[in-house]
Amino acid sequence: MIGALTYVMVAAPVAAIVGCLVLRSARLSEALNLVASAVAFCCALPLPFLVGDRESLFWSDYILVDRTTAWVVMCTAIVYFLASVYAVGYMRLLNEDARLFQFYALFAGFGATTLAGPLMNSVGIYWIAIELTTLVSTFLVAFEREAESMEAAWKYIMVVSAGISLALLGTVLFYWGGSFVLGPTYNMTWSTLAAAAPQINPVLLTLAFLLVLVGYGTKVGLAPMHAWLPDAHSEGPAPVSVMLSGALLNTAMVGIFRFLAIVEFAGPSLVPQLALVLLGAFSLLVGALFIVRQRGVKRLMAYSSIEHMGVVALGFGFGGPLGIAGAFYHMLNHSLNKSLMFFGAGNMMRAYGTKRIGQIRGVAEYFPTTGGLWLAGAVAITGAPPFGLFSSELTIMRAGLQPAFAWAVYVMAALLIVIFVGFMNHFRVMYYGSPADPPIARRLSAWCVGPMWAALIAVLVLGLWWPSGVWNYLIAIAHSGVGAPR
Amino acid sequence: MLIQHLHPLASSLFSLLAIASLLLSFVMLGSRWLRKYLYAFAAESWMIAGLSAVVGFYGGFPELYLVALLTFLFRGLLLPYLIWRIIRRLQVDREFHLIIQPSTSMVLGGLLVMFALAVSFHVAAAYHLELTVAALALTVMLSMKLIGFLMLAIRHEAISQILGLLVLENGIFLGTQILVPGMPLLIEIVILFDLLIVVACFGVLVGYLLTRVGATSSLELRKLVG
Repeated sequence: MIGALTYVMVAAPVAAIVGCLVLRSARLSEALNLVASAVAFCCALPLPFLVGDRESLFWSDYILVDRTTAWVVMCTAIVYFLASVYAVGYMRLLNEDARLFQFYALFAGFGATTLAGPLMNSVGIYWIAIELTTLVSTFLVAFEREAESMEAAWKYIMVVSAGISLALLGTVLFYWGGSFVLGPTYNMTWSTLAAAAPQINPVLLTLAFLLVLVGYGTKVGLAPMHAWLPDAHSEGPAPVSVMLSGALLNTAMVGIFRFLAIVEFAGPSLVPQLALVLLGAFSLLVGALFIVRQRGVKRLMAYSSIEHMGVVALGFGFGGPLGIAGAFYHMLNHSLNKSLMFFGAGNMMRAYGTKRIGQIRGVAEYFPTTGGLWLAGAVAITGAPPFGLFSSELTIMRAGLQPAFAWAVYVMAALLIVIFVGFMNHFRVMYYGSPADPPIARRLSAWCVGPMWAALIAVLVLGLWWPSGVWNYLIAIAHSGVGAPR
Repeated sequence: MLIQHLHPLASSLFSLLAIASLLLSFVMLGSRWLRKYLYAFAAESWMIAGLSAVVGFYGGFPELYLVALLTFLFRGLLLPYLIWRIIRRLQVDREFHLIIQPSTSMVLGGLLVMFALAVSFHVAAAYHLELTVAALALTVMLSMKLIGFLMLAIRHEAISQILGLLVLENGIFLGTQILVPGMPLLIEIVILFDLLIVVACFGVLVGYLLTRVGATSSLELRKLVG
């Protein structure tokens, strides 16, 4: 059952790619991608309920479905589905119908690779999957073919390829360390590596982990390796920004989590955790500084992504069941909420014909519904109650209240307040400033507003109601992953 | 473990090829002509292909002959040819804005090699391998990595940046052959193909950069800040 669902989930977008390229029609590829994402969504949603205690391996052990995978894949599939619905409305506004089939082929490819990444059981093939997501999404970032999007795409592929080559180096060092234990040729999966880890020399293990952290950290957008992120997120079409922020970052983050689990399994050591906490705190700082003085509306959301990946990194760094569970819960909340924010930003960009915050005025007056949803999303993304991010951030902070990391909790709290003030100030100006130019488009299609409703309701429900089943599930991830024997 | 009981001749051959590759990356660092970079890169790839074959012979890993062949074909011939075509189309033959003179960058490269040596000795000491070819392989791998990053940092032509990225990967490739010759063949082959895709992407992007931004130097990419 799990196997069938997994295969169908990845096969559906792949079939959509083929369909788009064969039919070459804008409307048909739209429908194909939408159907593929709906199928992937329906397959991914039951996975966390089905996985249970054990790891399921498929396709001669190349595919691994465990609790961690199922959770991350579910987040990705939700974002992919919402973004595909939104793309139908948004991409029609761009007047690029002739090239639209290419867009949807790439978009389905991006969906397939981000869904497949966390499923990889072999450490080396996971690296290849992450590299493939970069290749596919570069062309999505460059889709609008403006000078700015070319610049963003170039920076994206340069910075991320260079960064991720460090992750490959770290992977090779992990393999080398394992070869002292398991012999020169062995199948490097997450579990064999974890089993060998206690006998690998700690110096080598730490070096390898730091390289992997910097490498995949580049892909996650942890500061100071974040240089590509604001550009790529702001210059691609809005559905692509949603996928980059809500799906791609998690896909790379899960790799960091798994390597951390391997290192922790070898024995407690402070360096990996401290490195994650430092990177997380620095990401929050960079996010806060750039959010306060931001002028582009999508760049504002991009820096908020850096901030939230910093929060997730802090959760993993603090460790313990509370920290890990909080971090995974935060991933889901962030995926939903950031989709909502980019949907809203895309809508306002199309409505006012500008990316600059300074030229968007009077949103409350012209767009009461969309504006209201977007504002609620902004309150949620800054971590205010009663939304999901409040509870996950609070959980992570509770996890950090231990002698070694208490300072990081205070830093995090202070920076989150700064970010709240900065964010709300931008929204105040956009909502209540006197309208200099009225918006060029007054009506937004249901395709563009519907996904915002879905995302907001989900975030609200996750904030008000946290079923004990979900909590137990996340605690089980924490126990299976870091620090506890299997 | 291959390294521990190695024929002295094999050990010297490994060292020779590894050091030759490292020297070739200094050739890249010390030149400002794009074609010289390219030739040095191609020669470096041949060294690595040769290394794969030698390791395959002495270590008894017949599948490394296939890797050697593919490395030679892809990284030694096809990639340089593709990049050569891009250079010809762009009509850019050298770096115009040097941030650091080639001589200075070679000194910096030397310092990076010393740093890499210190790190790899520390790691190799943990396994009592300081005086074997493993320490050398680790040193060369890390130094080519660092030199690649140095090239990315101080060079601004799109082509130099692509080549810098390829040097990063070459370093890993070289180290992999000596340290973990048994690393699953599948991965090595897929990484080779992956690189080919990367360069194809770069070719497309460089074309776009030229038509949209009007230049291929990353110094011109300054629209997106803050």
